[in-house]
Amino acid sequence: MKALLPCMMLLILASPLAAQDGLPPAPYANRQLDDPALEAEAQELMETLRCLKCQSQSIADSDAPMAGDMRSQVRMRLAAGERPEAIRGWLTARYGDYVSYKPQIGSATWPLFAIPPALLALAGLVLWRRLGHGAGRRP
Amino acid sequence: MIAELGLAALWLAAALAGLQLVCGALATRVMGHGDGATTELALVTRPVAILQGGLVAFSFAMLVWVFVITDLSVKLVVANSHAMKPLVFKIAGAWGNHEGSMLLWVTVMALAGALIAAIERRLPERTMQATLAAQGFVALGFYAFLLLSSNPFERLPLPPAEGMGLNPLLQDIGMAFHPPTLYVGYVGLSVAFSFAVGALLTRQVTPDFARAMRPWLLGAWVFLTLGITAGSYWAYYELGWGGWWFWDPVENAALMPWLAATALLHSAGVLAARDALRAWTIMLGVVAFSMSMVGTFLVRSGILTSVHAFAVDPRRGSFILALLAIYIGGALLLFALRAGTVSEGQRFAIASREGALVVNNVMLSAVLAIVLLGTLYPLLTEAFDVRVSVGPPYFNPVGAVFVVPMLLVMAVGPLLRWRRDSLGRISRELALVGALILAALVLVSILGEVELLPLLGLALATGLAVASLLPLRGRALRRVPLATWGMVAAHLGIAVALFGMASDSAFTRERLVALAPGQDAQVGPWRVTLERIDPVAGPNWTALQATLRASYNDGPPTALAPQARSFWAPAQQTSETALATRWNGQLYAAMGGEAPGATGSPRWQLRLWWKPFVIWIWLGGLMVAMGGVMALVGRVLADVKRRSVTRRAASRRADRAEVLAAGANE
Repeated sequence: MKALLPCMMLLILASPLAAQDGLPPAPYANRQLDDPALEAEAQELMETLRCLKCQSQSIADSDAPMAGDMRSQVRMRLAAGERPEAIRGWLTARYGDYVSYKPQIGSATWPLFAIPPALLALAGLVLWRRLGHGAGRRP
Repeated sequence: MIAELGLAALWLAAALAGLQLVCGALATRVMGHGDGATTELALVTRPVAILQGGLVAFSFAMLVWVFVITDLSVKLVVANSHAMKPLVFKIAGAWGNHEGSMLLWVTVMALAGALIAAIERRLPERTMQATLAAQGFVALGFYAFLLLSSNPFERLPLPPAEGMGLNPLLQDIGMAFHPPTLYVGYVGLSVAFSFAVGALLTRQVTPDFARAMRPWLLGAWVFLTLGITAGSYWAYYELGWGGWWFWDPVENAALMPWLAATALLHSAGVLAARDALRAWTIMLGVVAFSMSMVGTFLVRSGILTSVHAFAVDPRRGSFILALLAIYIGGALLLFALRAGTVSEGQRFAIASREGALVVNNVMLSAVLAIVLLGTLYPLLTEAFDVRVSVGPPYFNPVGAVFVVPMLLVMAVGPLLRWRRDSLGRISRELALVGALILAALVLVSILGEVELLPLLGLALATGLAVASLLPLRGRALRRVPLATWGMVAAHLGIAVALFGMASDSAFTRERLVALAPGQDAQVGPWRVTLERIDPVAGPNWTALQATLRASYNDGPPTALAPQARSFWAPAQQTSETALATRWNGQLYAAMGGEAPGATGSPRWQLRLWWKPFVIWIWLGGLMVAMGGVMALVGRVLADVKRRSVTRRAASRRADRAEVLAAGANE
């Protein structure tokens, strides 16, 4: 779950963000924005972005350097006036849908959104048959 | 030699599992022929199950022993242990890996089987034979898995000088006992599964079956609850970022059996009290254990590569998948064949205890389906080279659609009577709970800007907490059955945990700061001062330790010492957090590295959180488990009492018959 050593080595070998920005790579990796409202937005967004170098952790929960770079990106872009969903869009364009924990409706993900309403209908049907009309008439 | 003894015991146990299957199945067949038909084979099944449990326990003890003495000729020890490790982590290392944890799996399963063979005599013997046969059948598959693809006792031709050590994240006392707890729960559900299969095979889905199964199920459920609670707390303080639930597939793997077991527990209650929901209870029994196996598959197959997934070996994955297909598929097939002969029982009035329980069951099953969907879907798309992530933004709102109505019904259900009731009878209670929920909604929305889900959580928790105590109202508390106390404690625990979760989401304050010694920072009501930074060393790590002084609302200071640890076997960094606990929340401090770009005196990065009421999450979890224990003890005591009364009545009748017979002889 945590930044494992192999991950870090991978990161050193191939980290597009860090390479692009040079060193020091991430000024806002561990620094909050001064505006609390903006920082809250950043936090909310970061919690829904996946750390690509770890397993099942958001970038808000990770020690991995790449997560730090992404946190910094998120904060700087928010501070520059970008909207959170635009930043998510930028990141998914760059790293694929995998980076976002918030699945978007699409050709590959529609069952995720079709099944819950179907379940709801099914639950309603089961309850109606079990409890509904004529309930208790047969003791 | 020790390793060979362990392996031999494991092979013998596997053979006995086979024998248990054959004897149980034959006995079930023979005894089905008619009244009183029996076979001597039936006498073998129980002792075989007990012996099998003893042998596996011996085998597991041998594995722990090779870890304790760090026998470096055993491959598993080399891969997961190190002579310099503290003893408790050497022991924990025995199950902190794929092979060892699978051995723990079968050990728990065989011990559970031995226990039912030894003491469970409430059901018809034929059903028990079928149950034990099913237990043997399931065990056999997992023995095969262990012996053929994951032998924990494998030797190395050339022992190395030193082992490779245990993942430092797992070198934590919470992590040492988290897997065994969870496994007892996981595998305890195999008993419910075997009971369900046994009852289905012999067509004995009766209230007696539900009563016999319930204590076993309660036991498994208590351990699952504890395991999830402990795992969540472990993630919270060990990972160093203050999160306590990530909707990680591995967490979901533990949550899914819990959801199924919770539903099963409630439907077994309906079956025991009202002789209804028969097919549904059987189905849930199959589903609950299936979820355990799906969880094992997810964690053990290496299909998710995370801290829990130690094994990355597709052969093992396909082996578990095959077992999964055999057991789940077989059970579902049996269910399909036999379900027609198991009538579902009566319809319910909506305003009745069983009506509320049906709603609970349907909603829990729907939540289970959502979690299963969200967990498996990304794996499915990955097979088609489309990678998607499903995380909190999906699980939270979609889950809430089903959880919110369930919680509302949960507040009302325990107040209703069995069979037929009217909401009018409990209108005062309903009004009270409704008013509390509304008041909390209004109050919280006035107090601060809180998002919808935490807001709903806070309001529902308030209402549910009071509602869960209402069943005690107007009753002589000393005469309330222990099982009822258990229900009250468990439901109250859910409310407490929910309050903690919602409060943590709604009110957490976070500060990331870079401080030089002597500087301070404010987070929520806490003022935290960095006093100094020292290097410290442990048995297998070195660390930088920050000494912090924290005071709550300028009160007396508390000392905190978070560390940034570097382990050297294997080389890895971890963050040891420091916590200051109050009844109303926790101050959470984690230490980062040296702040970049510092000029002059060095500054150190600290992550500070004030998390109001966060400990209530785990407190609630413990209360839920405690409620389960109370219900378990209550049920078992009541059962023992009932049986001793029956026995005494029987002996009195026998005495009287003897006296009468003596009188007639005179």
